[in-house]
Formats: sequence, structure tokens, C-alpha cells
Amino acid sequence: MKRSAIRPSIPERSEDPRVEVSLTVNGHPVKRTVSVRLLLSDFLRHELGLTGTHVGCEHGVCGCCTVQIDGKAGRSCLTLAVQANGCNIRTIEDVAAENGTLHPVQQAFKECHALQCGFCTPGMVMNVLSRFEEHEPLDLSESGIRDLLSGNLCRCTGYINIIAAVRRAAELLGRA
Amino acid sequence: MNFRVATPSLLVDIQHVEGLKGVAIEGDTIVIKAMTRHRELELDPGVRRVNPLIVETMQHVAHVPIRNRGTVVGSLCHADPSAEMPLLFVLLDGTLVATGPVGTRRIAAADFFQSFLTTSRSQDEIVIEARLPVLPEGAGFAFDEVTRRHGDYALVGVGCVVSLDGSGRAQNIRLAACGISDRPVRLKAAEAALDGSLLAAGDLAAAARASADAVTQMDDMNTSMSYRRRVLSGLIQRLVPIAASRARGGKRQ
Repeated sequence: MKRSAIRPSIPERSEDPRVEVSLTVNGHPVKRTVSVRLLLSDFLRHELGLTGTHVGCEHGVCGCCTVQIDGKAGRSCLTLAVQANGCNIRTIEDVAAENGTLHPVQQAFKECHALQCGFCTPGMVMNVLSRFEEHEPLDLSESGIRDLLSGNLCRCTGYINIIAAVRRAAELLGRA
Repeated sequence: MNFRVATPSLLVDIQHVEGLKGVAIEGDTIVIKAMTRHRELELDPGVRRVNPLIVETMQHVAHVPIRNRGTVVGSLCHADPSAEMPLLFVLLDGTLVATGPVGTRRIAAADFFQSFLTTSRSQDEIVIEARLPVLPEGAGFAFDEVTRRHGDYALVGVGCVVSLDGSGRAQNIRLAACGISDRPVRLKAAEAALDGSLLAAGDLAAAARASADAVTQMDDMNTSMSYRRRVLSGLIQRLVPIAASRARGGKRQ
């Protein structure tokens, strides 16, 4: 068979039902018509162009896609876009100030060299940030921070600098 | 669905259905509605007071970002044999409330979990709430598990509740385990070996030996059957004394 004869069997038109969703993303009202099986992570990246939210494992293990859903850290790859209808979503793009000033958690990651390739960093920051905003007591011992970070995988750093960054973030936020 | 173990043709989102939210303590029962997230139950101060075993167990349920979104009833209906919440319901004789076209019925946890990812809920029913008892006054408790990575599926997990009589003998001891079979199981043989005993090392070793037959999970990609037996034995011998030491205080910790 000639290679040119091979055609992918990807349907050109989807038969999926489509529904309208209205939600708030990073403070902006958003209204779109989406396939009912579109993931929130893909919605953010492909529909809205917010590619700061990364997609790693797509089944909730790696934590790269972590965003805030109504103020709490959640996996955007385990949430359908339609489930987020009416929700308030915050992504990594909304964390630094408009003028580029880093949020204390981002500043701490920078100071402590808590990232190498940076793929896991948006998820790490959204998770850590959410825990600081939660107003529950935080265990900032080594094991407590490891527990806090246990839902986010990093394949570069070996975590040591990320743990230091969480401690530094606590200092910068007056929580140490 | 992301694991591709379920491919439903139709999915109903129940998050906006009225009356399915919240946790309530009604007398001796904790009522957990279907949309209650793990984290909501974990942080509930009333639940922490009347049944601290729930909080201790939930520290092992995945990670906070997962517990923020995942629901307790969802975990029960998923019925993963290595999951912690199904174990807790079997350990404490919890109840599930299912409703469907023919009415509403209560299902004991022991009857609910049928096999790997299989429950006695029928196709046209939904579970609307799950009910757990408060711990008896003065009872001690403990939960722990062995996993490859913290927050991952348990190779073996064990929960224990025990009361002590005036002479320090174990009363109403309950033991259950996850990860050892196709469903969470009460360890009745180990309980029988310990009830009425002073929980001496010999009693614990006898209970651990009696629990071996409860492990029916064959060797799999995670570990072997014999290792699961050793872990179960180790957890029983470690956790029963912890539960007993908490019971001695006579107060909930």
C-alpha cells in the first residue's frame, strides 16, 4: 500500500451533543458551546488558549493540570467542562499581578530554584497557593510539606528545592 | 472514566440536584449526603469530635486536590477493593441509602460491596446518602495502610476500633482490611482471637495468624499474596495496641 493511501479515520465532524457553558475564568465571564465530553483542562487550553495549565497523565495522578475550582485546588483533567458550568475557575495565568510582579509562591519557587523544566510548576503553584489560602492549619515540617506536595509529581528536581520553596513562601506570606 | 474502566453512554451530573449536599450528625449517626466531598467530611469539626477515626482514615485517601473534588459516596459506589472509605463502612457497619423507581431502601455496607468495582446497587438506583455511626464513648481507634507511595492505592489497609473493660480486656473489637480481597472485609477470625483478651503479644500474634485466610487477593502487578499476608499481620499487631492505648484514656482523642 502506498503511504499516501493511508488515511486517518478521524471523523471530521463530531456527533457529540454540544451544550452551552457559562463560567468565570480568571475573573472574566466566559460563554462557549462545547462537546459534553470535553475536559476542563482541554477547554482551558484549546478553547480559551490558557496553555499555562499543563496536561500530564490525564487521569489525576501527576497534578500538572491543577487549577482552582471555586477557590479550591482541583484536577482540571478529572472535571468535564460542562461540570464547571457556573463555577469560578482560576488558572496559573491569574496568579502574578498584571504588571508581572510574581505572587509570593511564585517568587519563592524562583528564589529557591524549585523548577527545572517547569512542566509541573503551574500545578505545584496552584496546589500550594490553594493550601495557603485555605485557612486551615498547615504542617510546615519536612514531612508535612512532602504530604502537601504528594499530589504533584516532578520528574526533574527531586523535590528538595520545592520543599524549600514552600517554606520560603510561608515566610513571604507571613505563615512561617 | 479516565482510567478507561468505565465508558458510560450517558452521564448524569448530580451536583445541582437539590437535597444531596452536606454532612449532618443525627443522634448516633453521621449522615453523609451524596455530593459531600471528602475534604468537607474531613474538615467537619463535629465529625472530628464524634468519630475521629474518619479523619485519621481520610488522611490516606489520595491527596488534598483529589479530596477537594471527590465524594465519599462516589468512592463507595466505585467500590475499589483497596479503597479506604469502603473499608471504614464495613468496619463500622455503615449503611447506604439507595433510591430508585420502586422506592428507597437501606443497604448494609457488608451487603453493598459485592466484588471488584461491583455493588448491590441496581442499575436504576442512585445512592443518595451514606450513614456511619459515631464511635462508642471511650472506644479507641486506629487506621493505617501500606502503600508504594503516599496517597496511592493501599496494598493493605487496616482499621481497628476497640473498647476496654475495667480489667483492661478487649471488648467489642472490630477489625477490617482493604486491599486483601475483591472487597473490603471484616476480620472476624482475628476479632474472635482478641475479644476478651488482654491484648498481650501472644494474643496479637494469634490474631495475626488467624487473619491469614482472609487474604484472597492473588499475586498481582503490585505485590504478592504472601507479602499482603505479612503486611496484614504486621498492621494488626501494630494498630490494635494503638487503638487500645487510645481507649484506655476513656476519652475521645
